[in-house]
Amino acid sequence: MSETAEKDQSLWLLTASPTFWAAHFLLCYITAAIWCAKVVGLGGSLASARVAIAVYTVLALAGIGIVGRVGYRRHSHGNATLPHDDDTPEDRHRFLGFATLLLSALSAVAVIYAGLVIFFFRSCY
Amino acid sequence: MSIDPGPLTAAPPEEVQRAQTERLLEAWKQPTGWRYWSAVNNSVVGLWYVAMTFFFLLFGGVLALLMRLQLARPNNDFLSADLYNQAFTVHGSVMMFLFAIPIFEAIAVMFLPQMLGARELPFPRLSAFGFWCFLLGGIFLCGSIFFDAAPRGGWFMYPPLTSKYQSGIGADIWLLGFSFIEIAAIAAAVEIIIGALKTRPPGMRINLIPLYIWYVLVAAAMILFAFPPLIAGSLLLEVERAFHWPFFDPAGGGDPLLWQHLFWLFGHPEVYIIFLPSVALMAMIVPTFAQRPIVGYGWIVLAAVGIGFLSFGLWVHHMFTTGLPGISLGLFSAASEAVAIPTGVQIFCFIATLAAGRTVRSVPMLYAFGSLVIFVLGGLTGVMVAVAPFNFQAHDTFFVVAHLHYVLIGGALFPILAGCYYFFPLINGKKLSDKLGKIAFWLAFTGFNVAFLPMHLTGLRGMPRRVFTYQAGLGFDALNLVSTVGAFILAAGLAIVFWDMVRPKKKQSYSERNPWNAGTLEWTQEMPGKPWGMRSIPEIDSRYPLWEQPNFLRDVDEGRFYLADAEEGKRESILTSVIDARPEQCLRLPGPTFITLWAALTMGGFFIFGTFSLWWPSLLSLLASLAIIIYWLWTETALIPEKAEKDVGLGLKLPLYLSGPESAGWWAMFITMLAVLTAFISLVFGYFFFWTVRADFPPDPVPGPGHFWPLVAALLLLGAWAQTVLARRWNRNDHASAFYTGLLLGSILAIAGGAALLAGPWVTELDPTSHVYPATVWILVTWTTFQILIGVIMQLYCIARRVAGRMTARYDIDIRNVALYWHFTAFTAVVTVAVIAGFPLVA
Repeated sequence: MSETAEKDQSLWLLTASPTFWAAHFLLCYITAAIWCAKVVGLGGSLASARVAIAVYTVLALAGIGIVGRVGYRRHSHGNATLPHDDDTPEDRHRFLGFATLLLSALSAVAVIYAGLVIFFFRSCY
Repeated sequence: MSIDPGPLTAAPPEEVQRAQTERLLEAWKQPTGWRYWSAVNNSVVGLWYVAMTFFFLLFGGVLALLMRLQLARPNNDFLSADLYNQAFTVHGSVMMFLFAIPIFEAIAVMFLPQMLGARELPFPRLSAFGFWCFLLGGIFLCGSIFFDAAPRGGWFMYPPLTSKYQSGIGADIWLLGFSFIEIAAIAAAVEIIIGALKTRPPGMRINLIPLYIWYVLVAAAMILFAFPPLIAGSLLLEVERAFHWPFFDPAGGGDPLLWQHLFWLFGHPEVYIIFLPSVALMAMIVPTFAQRPIVGYGWIVLAAVGIGFLSFGLWVHHMFTTGLPGISLGLFSAASEAVAIPTGVQIFCFIATLAAGRTVRSVPMLYAFGSLVIFVLGGLTGVMVAVAPFNFQAHDTFFVVAHLHYVLIGGALFPILAGCYYFFPLINGKKLSDKLGKIAFWLAFTGFNVAFLPMHLTGLRGMPRRVFTYQAGLGFDALNLVSTVGAFILAAGLAIVFWDMVRPKKKQSYSERNPWNAGTLEWTQEMPGKPWGMRSIPEIDSRYPLWEQPNFLRDVDEGRFYLADAEEGKRESILTSVIDARPEQCLRLPGPTFITLWAALTMGGFFIFGTFSLWWPSLLSLLASLAIIIYWLWTETALIPEKAEKDVGLGLKLPLYLSGPESAGWWAMFITMLAVLTAFISLVFGYFFFWTVRADFPPDPVPGPGHFWPLVAALLLLGAWAQTVLARRWNRNDHASAFYTGLLLGSILAIAGGAALLAGPWVTELDPTSHVYPATVWILVTWTTFQILIGVIMQLYCIARRVAGRMTARYDIDIRNVALYWHFTAFTAVVTVAVIAGFPLVA
């Protein structure tokens, strides 16, 4: 029961996976911008920047995977099924877990979309 | 199954109920006569807000018709080129800043309390202040076109057009007028976020809240991160125009692309700030007319929160043709495609709900269907323009005009009209006409498509946006004429809706209560509504209490729930916890006042005099505004109650005063400071942007501000922060002399720190007009100093409060909020010093 207590719950968990997406997105953008403007110039090769983006992508997906797993465990707490609309701490716990899980899935897709750029671009232009 | 307390098993005797309702009516009585304008109650302010946004919609709409008349045939001279430029600039700006965003705030301010079963949102005077700011700024901007003084640089105001080539005051009106309105938007965001999280009725756990609340919570949070970059950008552009600091001028080392980044960092999320609260109305309407709970509640929460995040990764798709590296375009293209996923998810949820339920035909549903059709078409062209190569072709053509109108009219205007027909009985107890509604719908729907569908083709044939005329025989003639005809049909439809809303309804009888048989809380309202909002604040056990909680209306009406009385004659509501809506505090709310109007007028004076470069009157207005706001805070906030606790009914006693993170005021400070911090970070972004795009930023050798003064400033300001935090503790422990000495020392350190910060660029003689580097250093230093100055006023205010006995060891809201402010200020100061003194070493 204690894991469903209000003091152990937070809306911040919902934002964890999208925050991984945002951090990944910003890092990719900043790395590419600095690499192309300051390191190799506009006609230069992306080389190491692509490796960096690949690493960011793996790390972001790992982070999202962990949050998603926490979400899934909360969603499957006990033996109730969707739509998690009972007026109980347990269903509220499951609901927050379910929403976390869905947001993790969306964030993973968005991270993969962004990571795909390294397959399409080999130089800054 | 609920484990929460239930309503009283027996209603109080009738004479008790009568006395309770009399006391409640007296406490919530609206002012009459000319004092009507001193009202701060959400339902009244919300109504003014909605009425004004519709007025601005009409104004922007008339400008659109004038433009369509001009474009109806080639080589037309109905409008001059210059007036046409003013017309499209004011049209776009009005629709975005004076209709689409404010109407979301207006609807939220008006209906949130009812949806939350609250008597009122936590800061009614803040809403009223926001409304007056909005009204002044809006009239100022719209009025300018009658004096041939309106902005003419397009709604996105790109420099150098707006900095070097337009010397009139138009651009200043835009920059200062909208900065003023953005303050109103941030005020509304604070109100909505705290309202959604803290004023829910007892028992309305986070998994039970109406979907509208989820959507507006996300949209309000987006405002906090989207509007500050524009405020920062406007500050830079206005300083360039007024004082020639060359932020966007390549001759002085600046770069106009910085404006585009800052503008679209605001501009793209803004589209979703408009869209989410509108689609939120659909999320309330669809279940009602499907007569069943929404399908996929969790999925819609996913959509709202997911869009809230992803929409911040799209801004560069407005800049695909500016020459950024291909890989950057790829990243933003990817995010632009990804956002289609959550956007689509919610539409499927609506369709599934309608398919699973027994859909009732109605006028609101007609508009909802219209919205789905138009929005999906706009979404599909959105996916097209998110693809960079197609975007290169369609950029700045009428294709984009068609796309954005499909998205905004389908995604915002039609849901809002659906909302008007749906919620109108909550405003004055009477329904709008079904017959007029249907006629208006078919005119608006047909007219819209006739006007905007051909524009896709006009654009693909190459007609650019924002040209006041075109040559005959280029393939644009017939398409433009059709668009003009369509625009007038659309206008006829909207005119009927407006007439339906304002037509006299004296002979029309009141609607029955809950006329659509909805399940959500706002429909507990009597027809017509009472100023108290809810007769008693209910305990919630379900997502659709009117459908699923037995005898719910009776229990609310007979005062069987919380706060059924106003024994002390005060306006009161309940604050609850964020996750499970556990009652935490009985919140006392302020009544009518003109002070919000005075505060807005004087603050408006600051911006309006500034537009005309009348700096002294502008400064005096700002000081007057500051004095009024301090008086407002002094007399009406953090009041010490006459007793510690109050019995709110059902055997529950709640404290009347809480401070720190448990209080609404602390969260308001936290949220406001997040917005302030975002604006500051946008300025820091400017610094690093210049570093990436220019080889001579910072110049070599670095001309200033040196290391000594910035470091001294950092030490002094950290000292000021530490003193403030210690003073909070000394106050709590009732060490009065330590508190006074500490805080006084803190304010002296803060003043010295601010002076040291200014001394850096001053003694190294950095001239902000000479180059973008000194200009950027000065702007960071000035911003931080201004924040410190406000911090000093706050420190002195706390000393005065304690001296006056308005703050004590136990009742310490003021110092706790000020300490929170200083956490942010210390962080800002450290970042400023690290950037201006530290980064040149690294670079």
